[in-house]
Amino acid sequence: MGFLSVVIVNNFVFTKFLGTCPYLGVSGRLDTAFGMGLAVTFVTALSGITTWLIDFYVLVPLGLEITRYICYIVVIAGMVQLVEMYVKKFFPPLYKSFGIFLPLISTNCVILGLCLFINIWGTDNLLEVAVLSTGTGVGFAVAICIMAAIRENLILADVPESFKGAPITLITAGLLTLAFMGFTGMIK
Amino acid sequence: MAVENSGKVNYLDALTAGLWRENPTFRLLIGMCPPLAVTTAVKPALTMGLSVIFVMVCSNIAISLMRNLLKPHLRIIMFTLSIATFVTICDIYLRAFQPVMSKILGAYVPLIIVNCLIIFRAEACASKTNVCASILDALGSGVGFTIALCIIAGIREILASGTFAGVAVMPRGFVPWAVLSMPAGAFITLGLLLGLVSLLTRKRR
Repeated sequence: MGFLSVVIVNNFVFTKFLGTCPYLGVSGRLDTAFGMGLAVTFVTALSGITTWLIDFYVLVPLGLEITRYICYIVVIAGMVQLVEMYVKKFFPPLYKSFGIFLPLISTNCVILGLCLFINIWGTDNLLEVAVLSTGTGVGFAVAICIMAAIRENLILADVPESFKGAPITLITAGLLTLAFMGFTGMIK
Repeated sequence: MAVENSGKVNYLDALTAGLWRENPTFRLLIGMCPPLAVTTAVKPALTMGLSVIFVMVCSNIAISLMRNLLKPHLRIIMFTLSIATFVTICDIYLRAFQPVMSKILGAYVPLIIVNCLIIFRAEACASKTNVCASILDALGSGVGFTIALCIIAGIREILASGTFAGVAVMPRGFVPWAVLSMPAGAFITLGLLLGLVSLLTRKRR
């Protein structure tokens, strides 16, 4: 239930506006969007679990909550570096097609946002954290793939001259959000 | 860019570029989370804008001072670490002196750390120019960003609840447009504003 909740009902992109930059920026083509979604899912799952462990077993017992944001950022940057090295070693063509976007995942709001919300929600069980982290990543992947698929068809549409590009993308995102609002309140 | 090819720094240009020509929200489309997330009312939008100005000025100073020590592959992590430090300061200040705003903004204050706008300014300006130009650049972009936030928040607050910064401005019998206070309204308002901006800039050309 928690999984479905963060994927569909409380999707981070649609309800909390996290990860809007890649959502609008990288969603031009479906295959890039899919790869980006997978990479983000992986990083989100790993860093969500790691930051929760660090928070629960190191920061809180030692009373170091004040350094929380800095620790989170270091963990996320480390995870992104790990993914980058892995993809570079085992999937060189994929690495080439990502280009600059891979290191930029570390500044993706979804990941830091998830770490912070896990903290705000006060989750105190590792399994729940793992499910929520993976679900958030999958939710982001779903959102960016839907958006990319719509935008591939939007090229054929007759859009007013001044609305071409970013404005129409934002309005599309608005309508998509409206559609997802239909799920509000179904779970928790 | 504030830095010209000859290496000379144009201070006035650094200050004014962010206001309209390189306005982060309307022209460059970076740092898009806050303009969508905190603009249901004017007050939180203004608080967010001021926090971003503070963090950006401080981090631009810090990065500009250490620009000659940066190694290329460690650049981004150094940027985010110095930004995270100032965001922590800002968060603690808000929690102590503006508890209401701190509660409304919630997780969006720590999320300033990953605001693309601040990292972009650090990369494009502070890591290349001296301290003085970096401060002016941060002020310009920050004020431009704050104005953009307030415009969006103003439109959404007036139409969605008939108030501006908490004061009722619409006549009695006004039916609030509830959708504008919801996430969908944020996307559509910003989309229409961007369309307007591109219409205006096209005419001028």
